[in-house]
Amino acid sequence: MSISEREDLSAILGHFGPYGGRFVPEALIGALEELEEAHRTSQLDPSFIRELAELHRSYTGRPSIITEAKRFAEHAGGARIILKREDLNHTGSHKINNVLGQALLTKRMGKKRIIAETGAGQHGVAAATAAALMGLECVVYMGEEDTKRQSLNVARMKLLGAQVVPVTSGSRTLKDAINEAMRDWVTNVESTHYMLGTVAGPHPFPTMVRDFHKIIGDETREQVLELTGRLPDAVLACVGGGSNAIGIFHRFISDPTVRLIGLEAGGDGVETGRHAATLTGGTPGVLHGTRSYVLQDENGQTIESHSISAGLDYPGVGPEHAYLHDIGRAEYRAITDDQAMHAFALLSKTEGIIPAIETAHALAGAMQVGNELGKDAIIVINLSGRGDKDVQTAASYFGIPLD
Amino acid sequence: MTALDQLFVKVRAENRAALIAYIPAGFPSQAGCHRVIAAFIEGGVDAIEIGYPYSDPVMDGPTIQAAAVTSLANGTGAQEVLAALKIAAASVPAVVMTYWNPIERFGVAEFADAIAANGGSGVITPDLTIEESVGWIGATENSTINPIYVVAPSTKDVRLAQVTSKCGGFVYAASLMGVTGARASVSSSAADLVARVRKTTDLPIAVGLGVSTREQAKGVAAYADGVIVGSAFIKVLQDAPSEEEGLKAVTELARELAKGVREGR
Repeated sequence: MSISEREDLSAILGHFGPYGGRFVPEALIGALEELEEAHRTSQLDPSFIRELAELHRSYTGRPSIITEAKRFAEHAGGARIILKREDLNHTGSHKINNVLGQALLTKRMGKKRIIAETGAGQHGVAAATAAALMGLECVVYMGEEDTKRQSLNVARMKLLGAQVVPVTSGSRTLKDAINEAMRDWVTNVESTHYMLGTVAGPHPFPTMVRDFHKIIGDETREQVLELTGRLPDAVLACVGGGSNAIGIFHRFISDPTVRLIGLEAGGDGVETGRHAATLTGGTPGVLHGTRSYVLQDENGQTIESHSISAGLDYPGVGPEHAYLHDIGRAEYRAITDDQAMHAFALLSKTEGIIPAIETAHALAGAMQVGNELGKDAIIVINLSGRGDKDVQTAASYFGIPLD
Repeated sequence: MTALDQLFVKVRAENRAALIAYIPAGFPSQAGCHRVIAAFIEGGVDAIEIGYPYSDPVMDGPTIQAAAVTSLANGTGAQEVLAALKIAAASVPAVVMTYWNPIERFGVAEFADAIAANGGSGVITPDLTIEESVGWIGATENSTINPIYVVAPSTKDVRLAQVTSKCGGFVYAASLMGVTGARASVSSSAADLVARVRKTTDLPIAVGLGVSTREQAKGVAAYADGVIVGSAFIKVLQDAPSEEEGLKAVTELARELAKGVREGR
């Protein structure tokens, strides 16, 4: 094959530099091509765009507001701290943006059943919600370990009419839920759409899921300009698979003065090996159908990740983040469980906003970056989710008795 | 020509299908895997696939998943896979079946070289698409081993031709849409798929997924050049009260299947 042919294939197959692509059994190629085509044509279809925009407005509650966190800012070097309130979306996180888009695509492809994986349960709840709204059958795969950590979200999904399947293979967390969802998809691909919840997986998922989330950055840029009269110095978001981060980063990539900073889950500390900081502590490899950074051993076996946050507890990361990391356009730092929980408590007590533990990693990052940049800086944080689901974990962490 | 290529010349001359048996390296133990290979050969299998156990086997059903967990717990890595390959290849044509990431981690050219150096005929890469294969195709050509791709009932004719044009040794036809594992009957989609693949290539075509009995092997041998059996062997090993009993059962099953592949036409 000539070089030019290779480049053509790369362009088609959703590569981000050396990352991305499609590493899947042939059985799934037809479905991925169908999805790619449905996504491509829908983006050019005014009726699809109108329908999604109307759902954003009248169902999700978009645009989500921004909130200036003045009391929290005192702990972040006095910088101006602006929160993009994705936690106020229907279902309590940014995940709804993606599932509404994919549910419309599911109908467009004439499929009646969706499957989804979930870690913290946020994507599972969002998927179950979209399925209920659009009359689709919904099966959610969730690691057994996570069903225990996030039992409230399991109940929510069931109330929404979804079937929740606890996954007992491997580490019983998000990566194994993805494995099980892919096995279901290979078997039922004719009738079923796999509603992947993050910007990972085989093409077109990283591109498509980003497209459904980039509304976050589009809104944020306008709102911050209106409030402050200038672009922010830094935009921060937590990164597990990386969907909320890519959503808020994307509009700012072409603004060279805006630093883009992703905060990964450092668990007990990257040096301990018990973490989920894939870009900080991983190496390039292939996992779940895409080439990106992976936590892996010398034989290419995935290493189990660790984080107090189920939603960040994933040993891979979206390929576009790998690319932004390598070219230096975005920076990635690891935040430990303890640092995240400190920020979790701090935002709750200073602003009256209980964030998701995932999001608390970005808040902890803002405390560092604020101290580095000082009081003249403007820092935007994607407040990707609310913490209601985490009350049990937080109570246990802080030693608050639950009866 | 690899030993695998020569095998298919031979079985075509005998007007029968080849029996290809699968076992993950390191299962049920490192030494146990070597004994399973001997049991395969005693039972009359024509070729052996050595599985490279992987932490995230998205194309495998519960039987092979469980075997992979055991194998990884036994410390299986590239060296153990190559050791098992070498033992198998000393007696019959042998290939490795692996998800892509272990190859990428080992080094693409280095992996192809190591397969050849240990007497292997090729590598089956079930999650490597032709679009991502540029480096791999070059490496397999340099090392003179067969790059074996898997096609599925959902693969469209145009794409079948593209995939089989990159393939060597044989084309692996997945009999059904689903993961590995023994099934009560072999899906009727297998015969249709083989017929469609035939229109795109002169390469031999082997059918895998769901074959576990002599009757099923006979049925598949009627239209395919090879019959691949994996989960059924692992299951008899898992179900046996002792390793000795398991090995006997493996040889017995291989004998039955070897009869089946000779009865199809």
